[in-house]
Amino acid sequence: MHIRPILSAMRRNKVGAFLIGLQMAVTLAILGNAGFIIVQRLSLMARPSGLDEANIFAMDNQWIGQPQDLGPRLDGDLAALRSLPGVVDAYASNSVPLGSNGWSNGLSLTPTRKHSSIRTTLYFADQHTLNTLGLKLIAGRNFSADEIGELHDNQPVSPAAIIISRALAEKLFPDQPALGKAVYDGDKPMTIVGIVDRLQTPWVSGNSWASPFVENSMLWPYHYLATGYPMVVRVQPGQLDAVMKAAEAKLYDVNRERVLDKVRPFSEIRAKAYRDDRGLAIILGVVCSALLAVTVFGIVGLTSFWVTQRRRQIGVRRALGATRHAILAYFQTENVMIASVGAVVGMALALALNLWMVTSFEMSRIGAIYVLAPAVAVVLLGQFAVLWPALRAASIPPAQATRAA
Amino acid sequence: MFRYYVWLALRSLRRNPVLTALMILAIGLGIGASMTMLTIFRAMSGDPIPQKSAQLFVPQIDNAGPDHAQKNGEPPDMLSYTDAQALMQAHAAPRQAAMYPTGFVLMPADPRLRPFKVEGRATYADFFAMFDVPFKYGGPWGADEDQSRSDVIVIDSKLDDKLFGGANSIGKTVNLDHHDYRIVGVLDRWTPQPRVYDVVNDKFGEVEGVFLPFTRAIDQQQPLWGNNECSFDKDPDPGWEGHLRSECTWTQFWVELPDAGAVERYKTFLGNYAAEQHRSGRFHWMPATRLRNARQWLEYQHVVADESRILVVVSFSFLFVCLVNAVGLMLAKFMSRAAETGVRRALGANRRAVFAQCLVETGVIGFAGGLLGLALTAAGLAGTRAVLSETVTRLTHLDPADMIIAVALAVAAALLAGLYPTWRATQVQPAWQLKAN
Repeated sequence: MHIRPILSAMRRNKVGAFLIGLQMAVTLAILGNAGFIIVQRLSLMARPSGLDEANIFAMDNQWIGQPQDLGPRLDGDLAALRSLPGVVDAYASNSVPLGSNGWSNGLSLTPTRKHSSIRTTLYFADQHTLNTLGLKLIAGRNFSADEIGELHDNQPVSPAAIIISRALAEKLFPDQPALGKAVYDGDKPMTIVGIVDRLQTPWVSGNSWASPFVENSMLWPYHYLATGYPMVVRVQPGQLDAVMKAAEAKLYDVNRERVLDKVRPFSEIRAKAYRDDRGLAIILGVVCSALLAVTVFGIVGLTSFWVTQRRRQIGVRRALGATRHAILAYFQTENVMIASVGAVVGMALALALNLWMVTSFEMSRIGAIYVLAPAVAVVLLGQFAVLWPALRAASIPPAQATRAA
Repeated sequence: MFRYYVWLALRSLRRNPVLTALMILAIGLGIGASMTMLTIFRAMSGDPIPQKSAQLFVPQIDNAGPDHAQKNGEPPDMLSYTDAQALMQAHAAPRQAAMYPTGFVLMPADPRLRPFKVEGRATYADFFAMFDVPFKYGGPWGADEDQSRSDVIVIDSKLDDKLFGGANSIGKTVNLDHHDYRIVGVLDRWTPQPRVYDVVNDKFGEVEGVFLPFTRAIDQQQPLWGNNECSFDKDPDPGWEGHLRSECTWTQFWVELPDAGAVERYKTFLGNYAAEQHRSGRFHWMPATRLRNARQWLEYQHVVADESRILVVVSFSFLFVCLVNAVGLMLAKFMSRAAETGVRRALGANRRAVFAQCLVETGVIGFAGGLLGLALTAAGLAGTRAVLSETVTRLTHLDPADMIIAVALAVAAALLAGLYPTWRATQVQPAWQLKAN
């Protein structure tokens, strides 16, 4: 295939070639960056929370007024829940993993009143928490019943023993085992007595302020005695719907002086936590599809026009002995040349767009694959789009040369 | 002449339906995508009280100190109870209101209704005047009720609908957590988005169902249903009194300052107050203070999500591709008509006439694309509503301004895209075209 005649033909049609190239370049830049964001958000959503999500539900309990016997009420509720058929275990806390509301603390390795270095979430827990959530204890021990304290609202405490997530353990003590070590939130030491494999914070969305420490969690051995708190229940497989109804009815039987709401399976909590990430991925996916369609149709339209414009010339070439294949190859080569230039410019644009997003937003640098893959895609797309008009060109009979336009 | 050109344009567009459809589709898709994102962005970055946003200010006082440097070294977003009380008592602005979010269990008088949770806001009488809060019945409580710590509440219209069927409920009582409160006012529909008075707790949340005097809520030990930033007070005293005395920050605070002089005076007052706290030994550092107006505050609080900005950039890049596309297609269309243009020129049409005719044609395409874009925007907003959180959902409705923007943007975009092809069309040499035929 000779490049020269294509080039000289293109020179006579600079604007058309430029428009196609520009379109491909911008398409590539958007595809690369949007694809990067989509993959990023989908991989966030794919992270495990550390919980036995399929068999867990949660609900919010709000006592009416400000009762003084919150401790016995909580004990009664938990005993009632644990005795329900189909229930594996239950506990009450201050917040639920992935639940969007929670407490966050800073931990230090030394006693300090200054700003602590390592951020983590704080869950109140009892000896039933690990079993209820289905957490995997990888070192140390669970809380024992006599360790569980009572914690009223606005009551500052710090426990003697805590359980933390592995990610937090590795952050605190990168080079040595964390088990048995003391950490500080303020000036009293807290000993790490157990480490669970994985436990995410309440804030898991990609745009959350807390996303840098999403795996850092700690459990404190307290029953949280506020007027409102969530309760979490784990059920035997397949019993979720039945137990959810039974649990609500049972708790109202135990005491009607309350409002139970947001009785919801964990799947709902997860869906809500990642709703915006999923939404962003879907919207970007739709825009990218539309973008691809527009680019393809644009190339088809413009190349078709060129074919129509050059009917006579093509006829002449055919009459002079060019094969159908040569005509097809002409348009395909032409498109590859435009697409290659477009791809190079597009890759630069993609990097520039990413750089701008890195500086303007909390976005990480784009990987090479997100630039190269769309470049290849754009070139292939051009070939696909040009196929139909090129085939039409190849089917122009040599006799066309002799006819008037 | 214009009508004739429109007629010509429609004829010409009909003659080449595939190309026409592609152009309209390209512009429509581009407009649809970018308008969808722009509508969301506009709503997020909107100013819910444009008439007041330059006069409402948030004072900040750095009670955290250098050991607990906040983001960018700025003071905490909220005030401690101590500072909120001091600023209220100083009364250094014409209007001021401290506030915090709380909540209740409401016991309906009708025994058939189950008790339910309702969100509340403890604040001062000035709140309602400061934020131009509309009332359906009655009005705000007064400074007297703030002073006397009265059991009065203002409820929103939704709660009034639920409890009293939308009737005038002034003077009626509502039982919240076994405690009776008397209704003095019912809000009219009020949905400031973003929820300007408290974006720290919920940027796009709904307005609370119940408002009550801050002083009453403190007496009642109404629990805080919002953020409590305590990281710089590691061990406050226990109990409610300890909560009030601590350096934990949990109250929002607004002042209304009508003019530049008042702003300057308040800045001075705030600086003096902070210096006094330093002198009295409460802080061992000289606390920085800030005074941002509502607009600056929304900006500072990063109310518009990064995602929304990214989507605007992506969708306008998409619109750009669509326009480049349309330029190519129009070029093809006009150039394929070169012979016809040549005839028109030979018959006496000057360049300006050809230019006008082509421009009208692109305008018609743009208008059609705009209408399609409008339909796609509606579909796009419905789509985003389905996939994004409720907060965004409340924001996304297409108002007449958006519709006009959409069509105008489409026509402008089409005209812009048509400029070069049109210019090329006017360059057609009549003699050359006629000879070629």
